[in-house]
Amino acid sequence: MTAVAEPAVLTDAPAKPYRSSWRKRLNAGRVITHVLLLLLVALWTLPTVGLLVSSLRDKDQLAVSGWWTALRPSESLGVTRIGTAADQVAKDGHFVISGNVFGADTNKQLGGFGLTNSTPGQTPPGGTMPMSDGGTLTVAANGAFAWTSDTQFTHTRGPRVFYLAEIAPRFTLDNYYEVLTSNGVWRSFINSFTVTIPATIIPILIAAFAAYALAWMRFPFRGFIVALVVGLLVVPLQMSLIPLLTLYNQLAQLFGAENGKTYQGIWLAHTAFGLPLAIYLLRNYMVGLPKEIMESARIDGASHFKIFTGMVLPLSFPALASFSIFQFLWVWNDLLVAMVFLGAQQDKLVLTGKLVSLLGSRGNNWEILTAGAFITIVVPLIVFFALQRYFVRGLLAGSVK
Amino acid sequence: MGDVLQQITGAIVAIVVALAACVAYFWGSNWMLDRFLSSRKVTGDAETRRDHLRDSIRPWLFLLPALLFLSVYLVYPVFETLRLSVLDKTGSNFVGFANYAWALSDNNFQRSILNNIMWLIVVPSLATAFGLVIAVLADRLWWGNIAKSLVFMPMAISFVGASVIWRFVYDYRGEGDVQIGLLNAIVTGFGLPPQAWITIPVWNSLFLMIILVWIQTGFAMVILSAALRGIPEETLEAARIDGASDVRIFFDIMIPQIIGTIVVVWTTITIVVLKVFDIIFAMTNGQWDTEVLANFMFKWMFVNFDYGRGSAVAVVIMLAVLPIMIWNIRRANAEQGTR
Repeated sequence: MTAVAEPAVLTDAPAKPYRSSWRKRLNAGRVITHVLLLLLVALWTLPTVGLLVSSLRDKDQLAVSGWWTALRPSESLGVTRIGTAADQVAKDGHFVISGNVFGADTNKQLGGFGLTNSTPGQTPPGGTMPMSDGGTLTVAANGAFAWTSDTQFTHTRGPRVFYLAEIAPRFTLDNYYEVLTSNGVWRSFINSFTVTIPATIIPILIAAFAAYALAWMRFPFRGFIVALVVGLLVVPLQMSLIPLLTLYNQLAQLFGAENGKTYQGIWLAHTAFGLPLAIYLLRNYMVGLPKEIMESARIDGASHFKIFTGMVLPLSFPALASFSIFQFLWVWNDLLVAMVFLGAQQDKLVLTGKLVSLLGSRGNNWEILTAGAFITIVVPLIVFFALQRYFVRGLLAGSVK
Repeated sequence: MGDVLQQITGAIVAIVVALAACVAYFWGSNWMLDRFLSSRKVTGDAETRRDHLRDSIRPWLFLLPALLFLSVYLVYPVFETLRLSVLDKTGSNFVGFANYAWALSDNNFQRSILNNIMWLIVVPSLATAFGLVIAVLADRLWWGNIAKSLVFMPMAISFVGASVIWRFVYDYRGEGDVQIGLLNAIVTGFGLPPQAWITIPVWNSLFLMIILVWIQTGFAMVILSAALRGIPEETLEAARIDGASDVRIFFDIMIPQIIGTIVVVWTTITIVVLKVFDIIFAMTNGQWDTEVLANFMFKWMFVNFDYGRGSAVAVVIMLAVLPIMIWNIRRANAEQGTR
């Protein structure tokens, strides 16, 4: 598509390939690349953006308009009963019932009002409408109404008035406040940290020692153990659930505990489930450390223990960091292990479990779900963006070797 | 509030105790080995024998805690699950292959297998393809790194969080109401009727798969992008001088050069797909024909408490993973050979 004839003069010039590719890039191909990538990035980010924007919107607005209209006022249909004869006040020879159709809600603007469900916009704001109980009704743009009649009102049931309310765009942290306090998400937040931090720290040292042995010591069955670790990397957790739960329950009985669902239990489980990746990552990294340094240290009489703690462990910091991020994200984001080993009791739910329970109980309350979801993903996102370099390094070391 | 404080204190104590136990074990066992098998006071043959003995014991001291954890939490359960899968509901009577026979004849199991096969075809292919395309495009633009970072972001989001994000996209309101779900808003924008996407069989599975593709594409992109950088610049330059178009370069040079990496990415995502549970559990819990093996197994295990049948389904998942596991081990062994 870019085969427009080049000036013949340039054909033999040494800079030709560079120039032609520069020109090529400037037109169609280059533009298509930009547009295509922009489209893909939009596809990948918009769902999350929608969630974030929605979680910050007023919950009435969120329920009646798409998040992409968040900056425009939203219009909703409302209905109210406007008072009985008991509310009337005599004034200058008239009888008046007054109030506000919005009640105490002050951030709404009237779009129109009417007497039936299908004609809520019949009369414009400030207009006058005759009422079947006598007199006329006027509703101002701010919702204040006055129902005026020359004769005394006698009705005992206030007539219904339908109206269109325009809600000015409003952003608020109310949803977060509600989710954190009244829905128990705060507790789950603490629970997630309680599970995640020890489960991230405990495996590191255990894995590091094992990785060093597998990388730099000679002993029988070493190849077999490496193969075992590689194999265990992909063993489905589903295989472990029933036997371990049975084991935990037996232990609990032995110690007279209520059941086997404890934080200690889940820390150890996560430690074990993280070990294959930890050992694999760290071993791959340690094998790559310069052999000469190790050998000269050995010749100088340093023991394996000294070499490991004094040299290898500090040098392995990048790999340790990579693994820690992996383990942190994996444990924080895990649902299955938490459900099985910690249970579904409300005060023991971690954030993922809490979110599932909210999906069940508050499935249509998007203000709750969006704020709850954002709280569950915000910590991993911070970790991810702050430490992306180590995360990427770990991914590369873990899968392509 | 009191129990929250207690819980936090418990976690901090656990970290300290665990670290102290690790240090005490590793340092202590090494010290004991050096102390009790010291070669200082013996000479000649006895000295070399003791040196040798220490060298052959020490690796196992380093490995012991890890091996213990792996055996108890991963190796033993594999065999125990195999055993349970030929026992009855409570694990007390031998029933042979009855659990497997039941599974094969169960409608929901068959549905799960079918769905899993669909997931296995769609998710790894789409995630790898999108990852490759984004990697290639991003490497040529000045804002490529920002783009990659954004596409990579879902990797940090939990499956449950991603499910809520996408459930919001798929949200359905009755015809005539204002659609607040992005997908239905677009559909109604074209004048078509809105759909309750996650309740339409067969298609709903596809909508669930999109969630996993959305998460895994970042992974594929990062790995493939690194592989693409490994292609020698001269190769690409030579092709350009020969007048090859960008599309030809992509298919005839880039892909063959990184095919090994593509296979690795593909298999890694395949493993993730085989274990996928959270998304189905959170979105549909297997309703409307979206059942998959992992969720099906969870139901039999923790809703019906039938350990025999639950284990049998777990074994089926394990069997599906097995070929990739063997392939991985062989690859790892081959590498060791060349080292």
